[in-house]
Amino acid sequence: MAKYSLNTPLTDADIEKLRAGDVVLLSGIIYSGRDAAHKKLTDLLDAGKPLPFDLKGASIYYVGPSPAPPGRPIGAAGPTTSYRMDAYAPRLISLGLKASIGKGKRNDEVKKAMRDHKAVYFGATGGAGALLSKCITASKIIAFDELGPEAVREMTVKDFPLLVINDAFGGELYAKPNLPE
Amino acid sequence: MREIKAADVSAAVARMCVSANTKLPDDVRRKFEEGLKNETTEAGKEIFRQLLENADLAFETKLPLCQDCGLAIFYVELGEDARVEGGVNAAITAGMVAGYKDGFLRKSSCDPMTRKNTGDNTPAIIHIDLVPGDRLKISYMAKGGGSENMSRVTMLAPSQGWEGIKKFVVQRVAEAGPNPCPPVILGIGIGGTFEYAPKIAKKALLRKLDDTHPDPKIAAMEAELLAEVNKLGIGPMGLGGSYTCLAVKIAMAPCHIASLPLAVNVQCHSARHEEVEF
Ligand code: SF4
Repeated sequence: MAKYSLNTPLTDADIEKLRAGDVVLLSGIIYSGRDAAHKKLTDLLDAGKPLPFDLKGASIYYVGPSPAPPGRPIGAAGPTTSYRMDAYAPRLISLGLKASIGKGKRNDEVKKAMRDHKAVYFGATGGAGALLSKCITASKIIAFDELGPEAVREMTVKDFPLLVINDAFGGELYAKPNLPE
Repeated sequence: MREIKAADVSAAVARMCVSANTKLPDDVRRKFEEGLKNETTEAGKEIFRQLLENADLAFETKLPLCQDCGLAIFYVELGEDARVEGGVNAAITAGMVAGYKDGFLRKSSCDPMTRKNTGDNTPAIIHIDLVPGDRLKISYMAKGGGSENMSRVTMLAPSQGWEGIKKFVVQRVAEAGPNPCPPVILGIGIGGTFEYAPKIAKKALLRKLDDTHPDPKIAAMEAELLAEVNKLGIGPMGLGGSYTCLAVKIAMAPCHIASLPLAVNVQCHSARHEEVEF
């Protein structure tokens, strides 16, 4: 398993070298978005309106951070469970999204979209919200302020520690449960 | 009748919300340390290392352990000879709102249909039991959505018995996989009714992870379920390993002769709870 330091926006060449199990330290701009934000992004696409950020090469972090205390750019900021965004992810991937960051399983449609359009799914450690916030050096709300913790934020990350859970070639890191037949 | 000041109750609840969200309980920490030593996979060990570091950092910085500070669940034992002026519900709610606001905790409560955030984490979910005497005990649990979503209740047929219970629980954890932030803790409610089984299942999560059930039969059931679930090999964060579950806590209640209600409350490793007594 390899270890890479990558910068956003991600390119096809970046994605092609990644395999499930690789460690990636991600730096640059990423965008937060969870359930309600994904619904709104999809509504904008349906209406033919521009999105609040460019999807080309973008990375979306499924996170709803806790409020930033004084003197910090952000509160705790660990991943939320990703399957709830499965309904929206294939469309975003087909439009240029290169990486989603969360925790937990993705469905077959998302995995297919990642194969078809060269994208990856990264896992961050769930429940390590305080620790992960150390890698976020700046954060500002760029859309849907009314959603509170679910607003879309532009976050600057430095060496954000991620694992490749699903790569663009059908590889998956998660252990299959040993169930008796 | 003993009068307990609402302001005292609110202040204690506010403190408890902040403290529980920023300080990992000692019993959970001990399990993480054990996991760091004994987990069979390197990836699993690494998760325990991160979670311990996260706990230290949260304690130092007062950032929440997890950004999902949960819905606020309260279990109240109120003495029949005690009263809180203005009502215990109002006092707890006011304390919760203040704690979540002043502690920079995330407010995660919303309208189920419009999905509009209520803005202050209300309503607090409050379960009150009247008990003899004049004491007041309030236990608080921060319950995150990721693990709660993986919880289930089912009505088994009595013929399915213990084998049926084990099968359902193991299947549930297998299907949940990496989603609820394993290693998990399982609160299991066996018996009661459709609404009572999940209530006791969740309340069982207040127990210390390393305690032993006073009834040896139930203690043996807990140990058996824990071993079965850990055979799944899901491991910390689903990366593989022997620590899929840290503890199983069973609560039982008599049920209808026609029923065998079963509730599985999945709790994540961020098992935040505290209690206060007056
Ligand atoms: S399941 Fe628990 S640890 Fe994981 S994100 Fe939710 S509250 Fe946090």
